Amino acid sequence: MLTKRIIACLDVRGGRVVKGVQFVDIIDAGDPAELAHRHAAEGADEVVLLDITATHEGRGTLLETVRRAAAKLFVPFTVGGGVRTADDAAAVFNAGADKVSINSAAIARPQLIGEIGSSFGAQAVIVAIDARRGAKAPEDAEVYVSGGRKPTGLRVVEWAREAESRGAGEILLTSMDTDGMRDGFDCELTAAVSQAVQIPVIASGGAGSAAHFAEVFGRGRADAALAASIFHFGVTSSRELKAQLASAGVSVRLPC
Amino acid sequence: MIAVIDYKAGNLTSVVKALHYLDARDVVVTQSPDVVFGADKVVLPGVGHFQATQLLASLGLTEAVRESIAKGAWFLGICVGLQWLFEGSTEAPATPGLGAFAGICEHFPAKEIKQLDGKEIAVELKSPHVGWNSLEQIRPDSRLLRGVAGGSFVYFTHSWRAPVVNATATVTDYGGAFTSAVERENVMGVQFHPEKSADVGLRVFRNFVEL
Repeated sequence: MLTKRIIACLDVRGGRVVKGVQFVDIIDAGDPAELAHRHAAEGADEVVLLDITATHEGRGTLLETVRRAAAKLFVPFTVGGGVRTADDAAAVFNAGADKVSINSAAIARPQLIGEIGSSFGAQAVIVAIDARRGAKAPEDAEVYVSGGRKPTGLRVVEWAREAESRGAGEILLTSMDTDGMRDGFDCELTAAVSQAVQIPVIASGGAGSAAHFAEVFGRGRADAALAASIFHFGVTSSRELKAQLASAGVSVRLPC
Repeated sequence: MIAVIDYKAGNLTSVVKALHYLDARDVVVTQSPDVVFGADKVVLPGVGHFQATQLLASLGLTEAVRESIAKGAWFLGICVGLQWLFEGSTEAPATPGLGAFAGICEHFPAKEIKQLDGKEIAVELKSPHVGWNSLEQIRPDSRLLRGVAGGSFVYFTHSWRAPVVNATATVTDYGGAFTSAVERENVMGVQFHPEKSADVGLRVFRNFVEL
Protein backbone atom coordinates (compact mmCIF):
# COMPACT_ATOMS: atom_id res chain seq x y z
CA MET A 1 0.00 0.00 0.00
CA LEU A 2 1.19 3.51 -0.81
CA THR A 3 2.34 5.06 2.45
CA LYS A 4 2.04 8.58 3.80
CA ARG A 5 5.37 10.40 3.62
CA ILE A 6 7.17 12.21 6.42
CA ILE A 7 9.45 14.86 4.94
CA ALA A 8 12.21 16.42 6.99
CA CYS A 9 12.75 20.08 6.19
CA LEU A 10 15.96 22.02 6.72
CA ASP A 11 15.78 25.81 6.63
CA VAL A 12 19.19 27.03 5.58
CA ARG A 13 20.71 30.49 5.81
CA GLY A 14 24.28 31.22 4.80
CA GLY A 15 25.11 27.52 4.65
CA ARG A 16 23.79 26.65 8.14
CA VAL A 17 20.50 25.11 9.23
CA VAL A 18 18.41 27.61 11.18
CA LYS A 19 14.93 27.56 12.54
CA GLY A 20 12.85 30.55 13.42
CA VAL A 21 10.74 30.11 16.50
CA GLN A 22 7.58 32.24 16.43
CA PHE A 23 8.93 33.85 13.23
CA VAL A 24 11.67 35.79 15.04
CA ASP A 25 14.42 33.96 16.86
CA ILE A 26 16.91 32.20 14.66
CA ILE A 27 18.74 29.33 16.29
CA ASP A 28 21.75 27.65 14.70
CA ALA A 29 20.82 23.97 14.40
CA GLY A 30 23.85 22.71 12.50
CA ASP A 31 25.42 21.68 9.22
CA PRO A 32 22.87 20.94 6.44
CA ALA A 33 24.70 17.97 4.93
CA GLU A 34 25.16 16.33 8.31
CA LEU A 35 21.52 16.94 9.30
CA ALA A 36 20.21 15.69 5.95
CA HIS A 37 22.05 12.40 6.46
CA ARG A 38 20.91 12.13 10.04
CA HIS A 39 17.26 12.63 9.02
CA ALA A 40 17.55 9.97 6.31
CA ALA A 41 19.20 7.58 8.77
CA GLU A 42 16.46 8.27 11.31
CA GLY A 43 13.72 7.30 8.90
CA ALA A 44 12.66 10.45 7.01
CA ASP A 45 11.05 9.50 3.68
CA GLU A 46 12.45 12.59 1.97
CA VAL A 47 14.56 15.61 2.77
CA VAL A 48 13.83 19.20 1.74
CA LEU A 49 16.38 21.97 1.96
CA LEU A 50 14.99 25.50 1.82
CA ASP A 51 17.41 28.37 1.40
CA ILE A 52 15.57 31.07 3.28
CA THR A 53 17.95 33.86 2.39
CA ALA A 54 18.40 32.94 -1.27
CA THR A 55 20.46 35.97 -2.16
CA HIS A 56 22.36 36.20 -5.40
CA GLU A 57 25.69 36.15 -3.52
CA GLY A 58 24.60 33.08 -1.61
CA ARG A 59 24.02 30.87 -4.69
CA GLY A 60 27.52 29.41 -4.71
CA THR A 61 27.27 28.50 -1.05
CA LEU A 62 23.88 26.90 -1.62
CA LEU A 63 25.06 24.74 -4.54
CA GLU A 64 28.05 23.60 -2.52
CA THR A 65 25.71 22.76 0.37
CA VAL A 66 23.40 20.82 -1.97
CA ARG A 67 26.37 18.93 -3.41
CA ARG A 68 27.63 17.93 0.04
CA ALA A 69 24.16 16.96 1.25
CA ALA A 70 23.34 14.97 -1.90
CA ALA A 71 26.63 13.07 -1.99
CA LYS A 72 25.45 10.24 0.25
CA LEU A 73 21.71 10.85 0.38
CA PHE A 74 19.64 8.03 -1.12
CA VAL A 75 16.13 9.29 -0.48
CA PRO A 76 14.37 11.95 -2.58
CA PHE A 77 15.99 15.35 -2.07
CA THR A 78 14.23 18.64 -2.80
CA VAL A 79 15.84 22.08 -2.88
CA GLY A 80 13.94 25.35 -2.71
CA GLY A 81 14.73 29.02 -2.42
CA GLY A 82 16.04 31.32 -5.08
CA VAL A 83 15.15 29.15 -8.10
CA ARG A 84 13.99 31.82 -10.56
CA THR A 85 14.86 30.37 -13.97
CA ALA A 86 15.17 26.99 -15.68
CA ASP A 87 18.97 27.52 -15.54
CA ASP A 88 18.84 27.97 -11.74
CA ALA A 89 16.90 24.72 -11.55
CA ALA A 90 19.40 22.92 -13.80
CA ALA A 91 22.27 24.02 -11.54
CA VAL A 92 20.46 22.64 -8.48
CA PHE A 93 19.71 19.32 -10.27
CA ASN A 94 23.32 19.02 -11.40
CA ALA A 95 24.40 19.51 -7.80
CA GLY A 96 22.34 16.42 -6.90
CA ALA A 97 18.77 17.52 -6.10
CA ASP A 98 15.89 15.39 -7.38
CA LYS A 99 13.21 18.05 -7.19
CA VAL A 100 13.09 21.82 -6.96
CA SER A 101 10.50 23.77 -5.06
CA ILE A 102 9.44 27.06 -6.64
CA ASN A 103 7.21 29.67 -5.07
CA SER A 104 7.33 33.43 -5.87
CA ALA A 105 9.04 32.80 -9.22
CA ALA A 106 6.15 30.59 -10.36
CA ILE A 107 3.64 33.30 -9.44
CA ALA A 108 5.67 35.94 -11.28
CA ARG A 109 6.06 33.73 -14.37
CA PRO A 110 3.87 30.61 -14.35
CA GLN A 111 5.52 29.29 -17.57
CA LEU A 112 8.55 28.47 -15.40
CA ILE A 113 6.70 25.37 -14.12
CA GLY A 114 6.46 23.90 -17.62
CA GLU A 115 9.96 25.00 -18.59
CA ILE A 116 11.58 23.06 -15.75
CA GLY A 117 9.20 20.12 -16.24
CA SER A 118 9.94 19.77 -19.94
CA SER A 119 13.66 19.21 -19.28
CA PHE A 120 13.57 17.32 -15.99
CA GLY A 121 10.07 15.83 -15.83
CA ALA A 122 6.97 16.96 -13.95
CA GLN A 123 7.95 14.83 -10.94
CA ALA A 124 10.90 17.19 -10.41
CA VAL A 125 8.79 20.33 -9.95
CA ILE A 126 7.13 21.16 -6.65
CA VAL A 127 5.07 24.34 -6.54
CA ALA A 128 5.15 25.74 -3.01
CA ILE A 129 2.17 27.83 -1.94
CA ASP A 130 2.16 30.05 1.14
CA ALA A 131 -1.47 30.46 2.21
CA ARG A 132 -3.22 32.71 4.66
CA ARG A 133 -6.94 32.77 5.42
CA GLY A 134 -7.40 34.06 8.98
CA ALA A 135 -11.01 33.36 9.84
CA LYS A 136 -12.11 32.96 6.20
CA ALA A 137 -13.32 29.73 4.55
CA PRO A 138 -10.64 27.45 3.01
CA GLU A 139 -11.88 28.32 -0.50
CA ASP A 140 -11.09 31.98 0.20
CA ALA A 141 -7.54 31.42 1.42
CA GLU A 142 -5.12 33.74 -0.38
CA VAL A 143 -1.66 33.09 -1.83
CA TYR A 144 1.17 35.13 -0.28
CA VAL A 145 4.72 35.61 -1.55
CA SER A 146 7.99 37.06 -0.26
CA GLY A 147 8.14 34.80 2.76
CA GLY A 148 4.47 35.32 3.52
CA ARG A 149 4.65 39.12 3.57
CA LYS A 150 2.96 40.08 0.28
CA PRO A 151 -0.61 39.15 -0.69
CA THR A 152 -1.11 38.28 -4.38
CA GLY A 153 -4.89 38.39 -4.70
CA LEU A 154 -4.82 34.77 -5.97
CA ARG A 155 -6.97 32.13 -4.36
CA VAL A 156 -5.03 29.13 -3.11
CA VAL A 157 -7.30 26.44 -4.59
CA GLU A 158 -7.35 28.12 -8.00
CA TRP A 159 -3.59 28.62 -8.09
CA ALA A 160 -3.05 24.98 -7.10
CA ARG A 161 -5.25 23.90 -10.05
CA GLU A 162 -3.37 26.17 -12.41
CA ALA A 163 0.01 24.91 -11.17
CA GLU A 164 -1.17 21.34 -11.82
CA SER A 165 -2.40 22.17 -15.32
CA ARG A 166 0.96 23.81 -16.08
CA GLY A 167 2.76 20.61 -15.14
CA ALA A 168 3.60 20.76 -11.43
CA GLY A 169 4.36 17.32 -9.96
CA GLU A 170 3.41 18.10 -6.37
CA ILE A 171 2.04 20.96 -4.26
CA LEU A 172 3.75 22.01 -1.04
CA LEU A 173 1.09 23.86 0.91
CA THR A 174 2.18 25.96 3.89
CA SER A 175 -0.38 27.60 6.11
CA MET A 176 1.02 30.93 7.31
CA ASP A 177 -1.74 30.97 9.92
CA THR A 178 -0.55 27.81 11.65
CA ASP A 179 3.18 27.89 10.79
CA GLY A 180 5.46 27.89 13.81
CA MET A 181 2.59 27.54 16.27
CA ARG A 182 2.99 23.77 16.88
CA ASP A 183 -0.77 23.66 17.26
CA GLY A 184 -1.67 21.43 14.31
CA PHE A 185 -1.93 21.72 10.52
CA ASP A 186 -4.73 23.56 8.74
CA CYS A 187 -6.62 20.37 7.85
CA GLU A 188 -9.59 22.11 6.19
CA LEU A 189 -7.37 24.06 3.82
CA THR A 190 -5.22 21.00 3.05
CA ALA A 191 -8.31 18.91 2.28
CA ALA A 192 -9.73 21.63 0.01
CA VAL A 193 -6.51 21.72 -2.04
CA SER A 194 -6.05 17.94 -2.05
CA GLN A 195 -9.56 17.42 -3.43
CA ALA A 196 -9.05 20.10 -6.08
CA VAL A 197 -5.98 18.44 -7.68
CA GLN A 198 -4.82 14.96 -8.72
CA ILE A 199 -1.16 15.51 -7.83
CA PRO A 200 0.14 14.86 -4.30
CA VAL A 201 -0.23 17.57 -1.68
CA ILE A 202 2.41 18.02 1.01
CA ALA A 203 1.05 19.72 4.12
CA SER A 204 3.23 22.14 6.05
CA GLY A 205 2.93 24.46 8.99
CA GLY A 206 1.87 23.76 12.51
CA ALA A 207 3.22 20.32 13.33
CA GLY A 208 3.69 19.86 17.05
CA SER A 209 2.80 16.23 17.75
CA ALA A 210 2.22 12.86 16.09
CA ALA A 211 -1.53 13.37 16.49
CA HIS A 212 -1.30 16.44 14.26
CA PHE A 213 0.21 14.32 11.49
CA ALA A 214 -2.49 11.66 11.88
CA GLU A 215 -5.12 14.40 11.53
CA VAL A 216 -3.67 15.93 8.38
CA PHE A 217 -3.29 12.49 6.74
CA GLY A 218 -6.88 11.63 7.64
CA ARG A 219 -9.19 14.62 7.70
CA GLY A 220 -6.70 16.79 5.79
CA ARG A 221 -6.26 14.21 2.96
CA ALA A 222 -2.56 15.07 2.71
CA ASP A 223 -0.28 12.66 0.86
CA ALA A 224 2.80 13.82 2.75
CA ALA A 225 3.65 16.21 5.54
CA LEU A 226 6.61 18.41 6.22
CA ALA A 227 8.22 18.57 9.62
CA ALA A 228 10.95 20.95 10.61
CA SER A 229 11.30 22.23 14.12
CA ILE A 230 9.93 19.19 15.91
CA PHE A 231 12.96 17.17 14.78
CA HIS A 232 15.81 19.57 15.20
CA PHE A 233 16.29 19.46 18.89
CA GLY A 234 15.69 15.76 19.42
CA VAL A 235 11.99 16.15 20.23
CA THR A 236 11.40 13.07 18.12
CA SER A 237 12.80 11.30 15.06
CA SER A 238 10.90 10.35 11.90
CA ARG A 239 11.11 6.72 13.01
CA GLU A 240 9.48 7.47 16.37
CA LEU A 241 6.91 9.67 14.69
CA LYS A 242 6.08 6.91 12.19
CA ALA A 243 5.82 4.28 14.91
CA GLN A 244 3.23 6.47 16.64
CA LEU A 245 1.39 7.03 13.35
CA ALA A 246 1.36 3.30 12.62
CA SER A 247 -0.29 2.59 15.96
CA ALA A 248 -2.86 5.25 15.08
CA GLY A 249 -3.66 3.29 11.90
CA VAL A 250 -1.77 5.46 9.39
CA SER A 251 0.12 3.52 6.72
CA VAL A 252 3.80 4.54 6.84
CA ARG A 253 7.16 3.16 5.69
CA LEU A 254 8.29 0.95 8.56
CA PRO A 255 10.80 -0.47 9.25
CA CYS A 256 12.91 2.33 7.85
CA MET B 1 32.34 -1.28 -17.77
CA ILE B 2 28.84 -0.04 -16.92
CA ALA B 3 27.30 2.16 -19.61
CA VAL B 4 24.62 4.53 -18.33
CA ILE B 5 22.59 5.65 -21.33
CA ASP B 6 21.92 9.38 -21.53
CA TYR B 7 18.91 10.05 -23.73
CA LYS B 8 18.21 13.53 -22.42
CA ALA B 9 15.28 12.47 -20.26
CA GLY B 10 15.69 13.64 -16.72
CA ASN B 11 18.51 13.59 -14.33
CA LEU B 12 21.28 11.00 -14.32
CA THR B 13 23.19 12.48 -11.39
CA SER B 14 21.52 10.34 -8.73
CA VAL B 15 21.94 7.06 -10.59
CA VAL B 16 25.62 7.68 -11.28
CA LYS B 17 26.15 8.84 -7.70
CA ALA B 18 24.65 5.62 -6.32
CA LEU B 19 26.82 3.46 -8.62
CA HIS B 20 29.93 5.34 -7.50
CA TYR B 21 28.89 5.01 -3.86
CA LEU B 22 28.82 1.23 -4.36
CA ASP B 23 32.36 1.37 -5.78
CA ALA B 24 31.22 0.36 -9.25
CA ARG B 25 34.22 0.64 -11.59
CA ASP B 26 34.22 2.26 -15.00
CA VAL B 27 30.83 3.95 -15.00
CA VAL B 28 30.43 5.77 -18.33
CA VAL B 29 27.56 8.08 -19.22
CA THR B 30 27.06 7.75 -22.94
CA GLN B 31 24.95 8.21 -26.06
CA SER B 32 27.26 6.13 -28.24
CA PRO B 33 25.97 2.78 -29.63
CA ASP B 34 29.58 1.51 -29.78
CA VAL B 35 30.18 2.22 -26.10
CA VAL B 36 26.88 0.53 -25.19
CA PHE B 37 27.76 -2.50 -27.31
CA GLY B 38 31.16 -2.76 -25.64
CA ALA B 39 29.82 -2.61 -22.06
CA ASP B 40 29.36 -5.63 -19.75
CA LYS B 41 26.42 -3.90 -18.14
CA VAL B 42 23.98 -1.32 -19.43
CA VAL B 43 21.72 0.91 -17.34
CA LEU B 44 18.83 2.80 -18.91
CA PRO B 45 17.50 5.33 -16.41
CA GLY B 46 14.70 7.66 -17.22
CA VAL B 47 11.97 9.73 -15.81
CA GLY B 48 9.63 11.60 -18.04
CA HIS B 49 7.61 10.85 -21.13
CA PHE B 50 7.70 7.53 -23.00
CA GLN B 51 8.06 9.60 -26.17
CA ALA B 52 11.61 10.50 -25.07
CA THR B 53 12.67 6.89 -25.76
CA GLN B 54 12.21 7.69 -29.46
CA LEU B 55 15.68 9.20 -29.27
CA LEU B 56 17.09 5.73 -28.53
CA ALA B 57 16.00 4.54 -31.97
CA SER B 58 17.22 7.72 -33.71
CA LEU B 59 20.67 7.41 -32.12
CA GLY B 60 21.00 3.72 -33.00
CA LEU B 61 20.86 2.77 -29.34
CA THR B 62 17.87 0.45 -29.65
CA GLU B 63 19.86 -1.84 -31.96
CA ALA B 64 22.96 -1.55 -29.77
CA VAL B 65 20.94 -2.61 -26.71
CA ARG B 66 19.30 -5.48 -28.63
CA GLU B 67 22.69 -6.81 -29.76
CA SER B 68 24.29 -6.26 -26.38
CA ILE B 69 21.50 -8.24 -24.68
CA ALA B 70 21.81 -10.99 -27.30
CA LYS B 71 25.52 -11.42 -26.54
CA GLY B 72 24.74 -11.69 -22.84
CA ALA B 73 25.42 -8.23 -21.35
CA TRP B 74 23.41 -7.39 -18.23
CA PHE B 75 20.70 -4.78 -18.74
CA LEU B 76 18.82 -2.75 -16.13
CA GLY B 77 16.01 -0.37 -17.09
CA ILE B 78 14.77 2.07 -14.45
CA CYS B 79 11.28 3.66 -14.41
CA VAL B 80 10.55 4.53 -18.08
CA GLY B 81 13.57 2.28 -18.74
CA LEU B 82 11.53 -0.69 -17.44
CA GLN B 83 8.48 0.35 -19.46
CA TRP B 84 10.61 0.54 -22.61
CA LEU B 85 11.40 -3.19 -22.25
CA PHE B 86 7.73 -3.90 -23.04
CA GLU B 87 6.11 -3.50 -26.45
CA GLY B 88 5.03 0.09 -25.91
CA SER B 89 2.96 2.48 -23.85
CA THR B 90 -0.35 4.24 -24.33
CA GLU B 91 1.55 7.37 -23.30
CA ALA B 92 3.13 7.47 -26.77
CA PRO B 93 1.39 4.86 -28.96
CA ALA B 94 3.54 5.65 -32.02
CA THR B 95 6.80 4.92 -30.16
CA PRO B 96 7.58 1.22 -29.92
CA GLY B 97 9.42 -0.24 -26.94
CA LEU B 98 12.13 -2.89 -27.19
CA GLY B 99 9.56 -5.68 -26.94
CA ALA B 100 11.65 -7.94 -24.71
CA PHE B 101 8.46 -8.55 -22.74
CA ALA B 102 4.92 -8.83 -24.09
CA GLY B 103 2.32 -6.22 -23.22
CA ILE B 104 1.63 -2.52 -23.31
CA CYS B 105 2.10 -0.06 -20.41
CA GLU B 106 -1.08 1.76 -19.45
CA HIS B 107 -2.12 4.71 -17.28
CA PHE B 108 -3.35 3.98 -13.76
CA PRO B 109 -7.14 3.73 -13.64
CA ALA B 110 -9.01 6.83 -12.43
CA LYS B 111 -10.81 4.79 -9.78
CA GLU B 112 -10.11 1.70 -7.74
CA ILE B 113 -12.54 -0.75 -6.21
CA LYS B 114 -12.37 -1.04 -2.43
CA GLN B 115 -14.26 -3.19 0.03
CA LEU B 116 -16.21 -1.26 2.62
CA ASP B 117 -18.48 -3.12 5.06
CA GLY B 118 -18.73 -6.04 2.66
CA LYS B 119 -19.69 -3.81 -0.26
CA GLU B 120 -17.59 -2.83 -3.25
CA ILE B 121 -17.20 0.89 -3.78
CA ALA B 122 -15.26 2.83 -6.41
CA VAL B 123 -12.94 5.44 -4.96
CA GLU B 124 -10.82 7.99 -6.78
CA LEU B 125 -7.22 6.91 -7.41
CA LYS B 126 -4.75 9.76 -7.55
CA SER B 127 -2.06 9.73 -10.18
CA PRO B 128 0.85 10.06 -10.47
CA HIS B 129 1.68 7.29 -8.01
CA VAL B 130 4.27 9.10 -5.88
CA GLY B 131 5.93 7.84 -2.74
CA TRP B 132 7.00 4.68 -0.93
CA ASN B 133 5.11 1.50 -1.71
CA SER B 134 5.89 -2.15 -1.02
CA LEU B 135 7.30 -5.00 -3.09
CA GLU B 136 5.07 -8.08 -2.90
CA GLN B 137 5.33 -11.67 -4.19
CA ILE B 138 9.06 -11.39 -4.81
CA ARG B 139 10.22 -14.28 -7.02
CA PRO B 140 12.68 -16.30 -4.93
CA ASP B 141 14.95 -16.93 -7.93
CA SER B 142 15.36 -13.21 -8.74
CA ARG B 143 19.03 -12.23 -8.83
CA LEU B 144 18.24 -8.53 -8.87
CA LEU B 145 16.14 -8.77 -5.69
CA ARG B 146 18.39 -11.19 -3.81
CA GLY B 147 18.22 -10.40 -0.09
CA VAL B 148 15.23 -8.05 -0.44
CA ALA B 149 12.41 -9.09 1.90
CA GLY B 150 8.79 -9.16 0.75
CA GLY B 151 6.99 -6.03 1.92
CA SER B 152 10.12 -3.86 1.61
CA PHE B 153 9.39 -0.26 0.65
CA VAL B 154 10.81 1.55 -2.37
CA TYR B 155 10.23 4.97 -3.92
CA PHE B 156 8.03 5.39 -7.01
CA THR B 157 7.01 8.32 -9.19
CA HIS B 158 5.05 7.47 -12.35
CA SER B 159 1.61 7.56 -14.00
CA TRP B 160 1.93 4.61 -16.40
CA ARG B 161 2.61 1.06 -15.25
CA ALA B 162 3.64 -2.23 -16.83
CA PRO B 163 1.35 -5.28 -16.84
CA VAL B 164 2.09 -8.41 -14.81
CA VAL B 165 3.77 -11.01 -17.05
CA ASN B 166 5.60 -14.34 -16.66
CA ALA B 167 8.90 -12.53 -16.20
CA THR B 168 7.53 -10.28 -13.42
CA ALA B 169 9.91 -10.50 -10.46
CA THR B 170 7.77 -8.58 -7.96
CA VAL B 171 4.51 -6.66 -7.98
CA THR B 172 3.23 -3.57 -6.21
CA ASP B 173 -0.39 -2.71 -5.55
CA TYR B 174 -1.81 0.63 -6.58
CA GLY B 175 -5.27 0.36 -8.07
CA GLY B 176 -4.35 -3.29 -8.74
CA ALA B 177 -1.06 -5.13 -9.11
CA PHE B 178 1.54 -3.88 -11.56
CA THR B 179 5.06 -5.05 -12.38
CA SER B 180 7.48 -3.24 -10.08
CA ALA B 181 10.42 -5.37 -11.26
CA VAL B 182 10.88 -7.66 -14.23
CA GLU B 183 13.68 -10.14 -14.84
CA ARG B 184 14.46 -12.79 -17.43
CA GLU B 185 18.04 -14.02 -17.52
CA ASN B 186 20.19 -10.94 -18.24
CA VAL B 187 17.31 -8.51 -18.90
CA MET B 188 16.04 -6.65 -15.85
CA GLY B 189 13.96 -3.61 -15.06
CA VAL B 190 12.60 -1.78 -12.02
CA GLN B 191 9.70 0.66 -11.99
CA PHE B 192 10.88 2.20 -8.71
CA HIS B 193 13.97 4.35 -8.23
CA PRO B 194 16.70 2.29 -6.53
CA GLU B 195 18.86 5.44 -6.32
CA LYS B 196 16.15 7.02 -4.12
CA SER B 197 15.02 3.97 -2.16
CA ALA B 198 17.44 4.07 0.77
CA ASP B 199 19.00 0.73 1.85
CA VAL B 200 16.61 -1.44 -0.16
CA GLY B 201 17.43 0.46 -3.35
CA LEU B 202 21.18 0.29 -2.72
CA ARG B 203 20.83 -3.47 -2.19
CA VAL B 204 19.18 -3.80 -5.62
CA PHE B 205 21.94 -1.74 -7.24
CA ARG B 206 24.60 -3.73 -5.43
CA ASN B 207 23.04 -6.97 -6.68
CA PHE B 208 23.25 -5.60 -10.22
CA VAL B 209 26.81 -4.28 -9.84
CA GLU B 210 27.96 -7.64 -8.43
CA LEU B 211 26.44 -9.77 -11.22
